[in-house]
Amino acid sequence: MIRFLLNRLLQGILVLFALYTITFLLAKAMPGEPFTSEKNVSAETKANIRKLYGLDRPILEQYFIYPKNVLLEGSFGVSTSKGRPVADIIAQSFPNSLLLGLCALGFAIGIGVPIGILSAVRRNSWLDWLCMAIAMIGICVPSFTIGPLLQIHVAAHVPGLKVAGWGNPQDVLLPAFTLGLVSAAYLARLTRGGILEVLSQDFVRTAHAKGIAPITVILKHTLRGGLLPAVAYLGPAFAALISGSFIVETIFQVPGMGQHFVNAATTRDEFLLLGLSLFFGFLIVVMNLLADLLTGLLDPRVRLEGNKD
Amino acid sequence: MSLLELKNLKTYFHTRAGTTRAVDDVSFSIGQGEIVGVVGESGSGKSVTCHTMLGLLPQPPAKVEGGSVVFDGEELLHLAQPLLRAIRGKRISMIFQDPMSCLNPYLRVLDQVAEPILAHENASREEAEERALAMMKKVGIRDAEQRARSFPHEFSGGMRQRAMIAMALVTNPDLLLADEPTTALDVTVQARILKLLRDLREELGIAVLFVTHDLGVVADVADRVVVMYQGKVVEQGAIRDVFSNPSHPYVKGLLACRPTFDTKYRILPTVEDFLETKTEPDGTTRLEERTGMKDRLAELEKAIPEDGNGEGSSPSDLLLSVEDLRVHFNSGGGVLGGLLGSAPPTVKAVDGVDLTLLKGRTLGLVGESGCGKTTLGRAILRLVQTTSGSIRYEGEELPAQGSPELLPFRKRMQIIFQDPYASLNPRLTIEQALVEPMLVHGIGSSQSERRERVASLLEEVGLSSDHLLRYPHEFSGGQRQRICVARALAVEPDFIVCDECVSAMDVSIQAQVLNLLRELQDKRGLTYLFISHDLSVVKFTSDEIAVMKEGRIEEFGPAGQIYGNPQSEYTRELLEAVPRAEF
Repeated sequence: MIRFLLNRLLQGILVLFALYTITFLLAKAMPGEPFTSEKNVSAETKANIRKLYGLDRPILEQYFIYPKNVLLEGSFGVSTSKGRPVADIIAQSFPNSLLLGLCALGFAIGIGVPIGILSAVRRNSWLDWLCMAIAMIGICVPSFTIGPLLQIHVAAHVPGLKVAGWGNPQDVLLPAFTLGLVSAAYLARLTRGGILEVLSQDFVRTAHAKGIAPITVILKHTLRGGLLPAVAYLGPAFAALISGSFIVETIFQVPGMGQHFVNAATTRDEFLLLGLSLFFGFLIVVMNLLADLLTGLLDPRVRLEGNKD
Repeated sequence: MSLLELKNLKTYFHTRAGTTRAVDDVSFSIGQGEIVGVVGESGSGKSVTCHTMLGLLPQPPAKVEGGSVVFDGEELLHLAQPLLRAIRGKRISMIFQDPMSCLNPYLRVLDQVAEPILAHENASREEAEERALAMMKKVGIRDAEQRARSFPHEFSGGMRQRAMIAMALVTNPDLLLADEPTTALDVTVQARILKLLRDLREELGIAVLFVTHDLGVVADVADRVVVMYQGKVVEQGAIRDVFSNPSHPYVKGLLACRPTFDTKYRILPTVEDFLETKTEPDGTTRLEERTGMKDRLAELEKAIPEDGNGEGSSPSDLLLSVEDLRVHFNSGGGVLGGLLGSAPPTVKAVDGVDLTLLKGRTLGLVGESGCGKTTLGRAILRLVQTTSGSIRYEGEELPAQGSPELLPFRKRMQIIFQDPYASLNPRLTIEQALVEPMLVHGIGSSQSERRERVASLLEEVGLSSDHLLRYPHEFSGGQRQRICVARALAVEPDFIVCDECVSAMDVSIQAQVLNLLRELQDKRGLTYLFISHDLSVVKFTSDEIAVMKEGRIEEFGPAGQIYGNPQSEYTRELLEAVPRAEF
C-alpha cells in the first residue's frame, strides 16, 4: 500500500512537471508578452517592468526559475494583470469554486446514480427509455442554455432564490444544479452500463439460483461492480467541477476560479496561467488517486501494491 | 415415487431469426438419492432444461411451451415467483460450470456460502456463518477457518468449485443440479470433485442431476444417463446398458468418435458415419442409422497399423531441438521499482525445458492449466521473448524474435490456436485471411494464382471454394478451425504447433478435426507439436509425449511407454485422474 502511494506520488510529480513544461512552452509560443499591449508607457518603464517579472532573462533560465520558486519559496509568481500573488488569487477564489463544485457533485451523484440503477433494472422499458432520453438531453444541452432558463423560470419565481449573486447559502443551488447536470447525465449512463454489464455475469445467475429476492440481488450483488465505471469517471470529473466553470460562474456571478482561467489567457498573464494549470493538474492527480483508492475498496481483485510481492 | 419428474417439457426461444426448439419434448425422472447424468453436445438443450426447471431463463426470448416439471409432488412451471424462490436454493440447489465467473468477485466467500441460509431460514448471521464454515470444511476446503473470509480470486479453481458446492449444499437440499461442474477444471481436480459428489450423495442422500458433455465423466459418476441431441432425449437408461449396448445411432457414434486410451483406430469414426438426418415430405426431420456404417468401421479397423505407432525414425530425422529453454515474465514494478532498481518478481512460465521433435511425427505436450505448455509452444515459434536457452531448427539456431533473419523460418513454422472464433479476424474474408500469409512470404506470383491456391487449400481441409468471399461469422466452430488449418497450410510449413486446437469443440467435431490433421500429416509429412490438457486426445494424436508441470518437463518419451509404464509420480496421477468408461 505504501509502495503504491509512493509510486503514485512519483508519477504525480512527473505528470505535473510535464504539464508545467507544456504550459510554459505554449505560453511562450503565444505572440507578444504580458505588457506588449500596454500603451502610454515609456520604453524605459516597460523594460523595468519586464526586469521586475524576470521576463528579460533567457527563456531557458525562466523555465528553471519558476519551479525553483515554487519548490523553494512556495511562490507561484505574481499575476502580471492583477499585480497580486497568484497564490492569493487562488486562495481567494478557490473556496467559492470548491463549494459550488461539491454541491454540483452532490446533485450529479444524487440524481445520476439512482436514475442509472433504475434504468438498468427496468432495461428496455418505457422508464429506461425516458431516463436515457433525459440523460441524453442533459449531455447535449449546454450550461449557458440551462443557466438562463433556470434564472428566468425558477429564480424569478421562487422567493429566496436570486437570479445571480453570491453570499447567501441558497445562492449555491442554481449554479450547482446547472454545473452538475452534465455530470449527472454521464453518471446515469455509466451506472446503467456498469450495472447491465454486471447483471449479465454468471454470478448474478448464481445469486438468483440461491432464491434471493431480486432487490437483494441488485443491491448486494451488482451495485459494487456496477459502480466501478462511474467511480473511474468521477475522479477527473470532480477535479473539473471544483476548479470552477467560466460559463456557470459568469452567468450566476460567482466569484470563483473559472473566470481567471480565461482572463489569464486573454491578458497573456503567464504566471497566473502557470499557477492555475499546475493547481488544476494537482487536483486531477489527487482526484484520480482517490478514485483508484475507491476502486480498490470496491473491487477486492484490484491490488494497490503497485507491485506483486 | 420419483423426486423430480419432467414430462414432455418444451422450451422454445422466439427471436426475430425464428423459433429455436431448445428443449423439445423432454421427459425423464430422478429418484431420491440418485445421480442422473444428462449428456449432450453444445446446443443439445441440456443446460436449458436445467434452467427451465428453476425458472432461471430470461423470458422472453425463452418461453415454456408445454410439459410439466413435478418436484416432490409440486408442479414448478406454474408456481408463483416467491414460492419458486422458496424452493430455489433451499430444496433444489444449482452449481455452475465456471467457478470463477459464478462466484461474486466482490463478496467474501463465507458471505456467499452463508447467503442461502440467510435467505431461506430464520437464522442469525453468526449461526449461518458457523454452518457455512462447517460445510466448507466438509467439502474439503483446506484451512477453511483462515480462508473463509478471503475473496474468490484468492482461491484456486478446485477450491472455488468446492466453495460453490458448499454454497449449494449448505441448506441441505434434496436435489442438486450440477451444470458442467467440472468442465473448467484440470483432470486431477475434476477427479477429486467427482469423488466428493459421490461421497456427499452417500452421506447426505442427495439426488444429483449431472449435466455434462463428457461421456467419461458421466460414466464415472452417474447411475443413469439421459442422452440429448437437438433438444430431444434420444436415449436413456442405466449407465452400463447405454454405454455397452447403445441403441440409438447418435449415441453409438458419440461413443465411437471419442478417442480413449484404448482407441486403436488411426482415423476416428465420426457421428456422420452412424447417423443420417432424413427430411420427411412434410418438412420435419428424422434421424436414421446410416446403412453403410458397418463397412465403414471395418474399413477403419483395417487401417490400424500393426505396431500401433507408425514407422520408426532415425535420429538424423531430427527437425527441432530445444535445450534448456527458459521464459520468465516480469510483473512491472512501477516508477519506484525502476528508480530503486529493485528486481520485480518473476513468473517462471518455462523453466529449463529440453525437447526434440522428429520429422513427420507428432509430439504431444500435456499438462494442467498454468503449467507453461502454451508459453513453451509460442516460445518455440519465437512468438514470445525467451529468457535463455537454444532452439535449433534442422540444426540451425533460430534467430531472435524480431530479427529479419527469422522470416524464412516463420514460413516453415505455423500455429493453430484454441479458439477459432477469436483467432480469425472478423473483418477479413476467408480469401483475405488466407492470402495474407502468402503475400508476406511472397508465395504465388499473381492474384489469380493465389486465389487458385486458396481454393485448393479450402478443398483440402474439407471446405468448398464457394466459401472464399465469406466472413468468419458465417461458419460453425468446426468449419472455422478448418479455415485456421488452411491458413497455417497456406505458406506450406513443415511444422505446426496445435495449441489446444480441439479443446473447445464437441467430440463429434473434434473427431473430424483430428482426422483432418492426421490426413494432412500423412499426405504432407507435417510435424506437429500437439498441445493439450486432454490425455486421451494426446494419446490418439501423438507418437512421443512430454508431460509438463510447473514450467518443466516431468517426463518425455514414446507415447506407448508414457501411457503403459509411466515413470514419474505426476504422470501416473494424471493418468489415473482421467475418467474412463470401462465396463
